[in-house]
Amino acid sequence: MAYALQQLINGISLGMIYGLIAVGYTMVYGIIGMINFAHGDVFMIGAFTALITIVLLLSGGMMEGPGAILLVLLVSMSVTALYGWTVERLAYRPLRGSFRLAPLISAIGMSILLQNYVQVSQGARVKPLEPIVRGGFEVMREGGFVVQLSTIQIMIVSITLSVLAVFTWLVTRTPLGRAMRACEQDRKMAALLGVDTDRTISLTFVIGAALAAVAGSLYLIRYGVIDFYIGFLVGVKAFTAAVLGGIGSLPGAVLGGLLIGLIETFWSAYFSVQYKDVAAFAVLVMVLIFMPTGLLGRQEVEKV
Amino acid sequence: MILELETVSAGYGAVQALTDVSLHVAEGEIVTLIGANGAGKSTLLMTICGDPRARAGRITFDGQDITALPTHAIMRGGIAQSPEGRRVFPRMTVLDNLIMGAEVAGHDPGRDLERVYTLFPRLKERAAQRGGTLSGGEQQMLAIGRALMARPRLLLLDEPSLGLAPLIARQIFSAIRELNAREGLSVLLVEQNANQALRLAHRGYVLVTGRITLEGPGRALLDRPEIRDAYLGTGA
Ligand SMILES: Nc1ncnc2c1ncn2[C@@H]1O[C@H](COP(=O)(O)OP(=O)(O)OP(=O)(O)O)[C@@H](O)[C@H]1O
Ligand SMILES: [Mg+2]
Repeated sequence: MAYALQQLINGISLGMIYGLIAVGYTMVYGIIGMINFAHGDVFMIGAFTALITIVLLLSGGMMEGPGAILLVLLVSMSVTALYGWTVERLAYRPLRGSFRLAPLISAIGMSILLQNYVQVSQGARVKPLEPIVRGGFEVMREGGFVVQLSTIQIMIVSITLSVLAVFTWLVTRTPLGRAMRACEQDRKMAALLGVDTDRTISLTFVIGAALAAVAGSLYLIRYGVIDFYIGFLVGVKAFTAAVLGGIGSLPGAVLGGLLIGLIETFWSAYFSVQYKDVAAFAVLVMVLIFMPTGLLGRQEVEKV
Repeated sequence: MILELETVSAGYGAVQALTDVSLHVAEGEIVTLIGANGAGKSTLLMTICGDPRARAGRITFDGQDITALPTHAIMRGGIAQSPEGRRVFPRMTVLDNLIMGAEVAGHDPGRDLERVYTLFPRLKERAAQRGGTLSGGEQQMLAIGRALMARPRLLLLDEPSLGLAPLIARQIFSAIRELNAREGLSVLLVEQNANQALRLAHRGYVLVTGRITLEGPGRALLDRPEIRDAYLGTGA
């Protein structure tokens, strides 16, 4: 019981990170109907930017308190957003209106480019980071087993929820959000209503990248090791989350992220840590076969 | 002159849909464009909005050359279109669809909402319903209402009476007349129902396979035998 509770806590905090990344996949898919295969690597860029910022702050003796973490998040979000914008500009916009496979291929190219760029500029070795957020609570004790809720887990959940709240407000209540939904539903009509569709698509990439940067920063602080390749594995899991939740659905992406986080954590705890990555891939295959529209994906019932 | 096309050509890939079209709409004028299926009427309205872009010729709006402007910039200048196929946003509420219309101009939608609701009370009843679940006629009202939300100076209407019950169609025509008379709104109207359109319009053009073949006051065109035969279904 206590052991399961611990897994639940771990699974939720991991799932939040997947959810943040999954939102980026689903947003881009919604607006241009394409899987942005470089999105996992954008997450990796976010983690590296956070690492560099933290190292700089540490060397200046300024890595103290919540203010420092906020600063790390903001720096990582800004830098990564710029990458997201550039990726769209270089790899996707020139191919808009081209045959369907073209942007997919350039997305994969972009992914490889980003990985190699970080490998060359930062080195191939795994980068460790000393724990910068310590402490936690003892939730309960059962026999010899202590259920821990660490400060960092609380931080992950609260930051993720705040970011998602702001994001939800942005999409549902603001002109930009309405423009994004309009482009998603009928881009030609959106332009006829004066929406600058190119700019809206750019901003979608920027917002998706900023969310991935939050995920990257939290991932780094929580697990303490990153390398240039984490974007692939984490990216595939977040992509699975987006598909499981229903690609195109924003609440679905968060729900899918939580489920994948829980599945992976419980799988590692009760079956096999070695095969934990297999769990996510198995889910992906099953979802694609048995319910390709996902949990909250839309059933097409509209009159057209 | 609020809108002027000079020898405009446009098309899609290898398809040439418009050839040397010259046409104008004066300030405060209702102009109608009639023509058979596939003549290029919708293409003409869309070309004014920059999608597809004119391949040759010049389009000016209120004296300003808009031929090369991107669509969103053209629309922000004061043109609104209720396009063919209505293109209501299916997963947005009726209210959000209408607000999208006002966002172009960047003004507060409150007063315009009231105006559209007065014109189409049905839309007020359905404000919280998703666009995609409206009936065809309701979607048509929404598309027209959305175009009006922008407070355009020139309104482009592509077959506004399509799929509407005759009573509602008459309401829409009288609404157009009223907006024109009271607010001086200029209108370029494409219609299948040539009879009603020519009665409503100050002037009309006839488009045949991408070329303008006839032009004249609405009433005068109504009396032309070739128009009666081809578009009014009253000929032999
Ligand atoms: N997206 C497109 N791609 C290729 N050809 C097109 C496209 N849209 C229209 N056309 C062609 O251009 C010509 C003019 O079409 P358009 O839709 O402007 O006609 P229309 O006068 O509006 O007809 P209708 O009364 O049926 O609405 C037609 O021959 C049509 O097949
Ligand atoms: Mg048409």
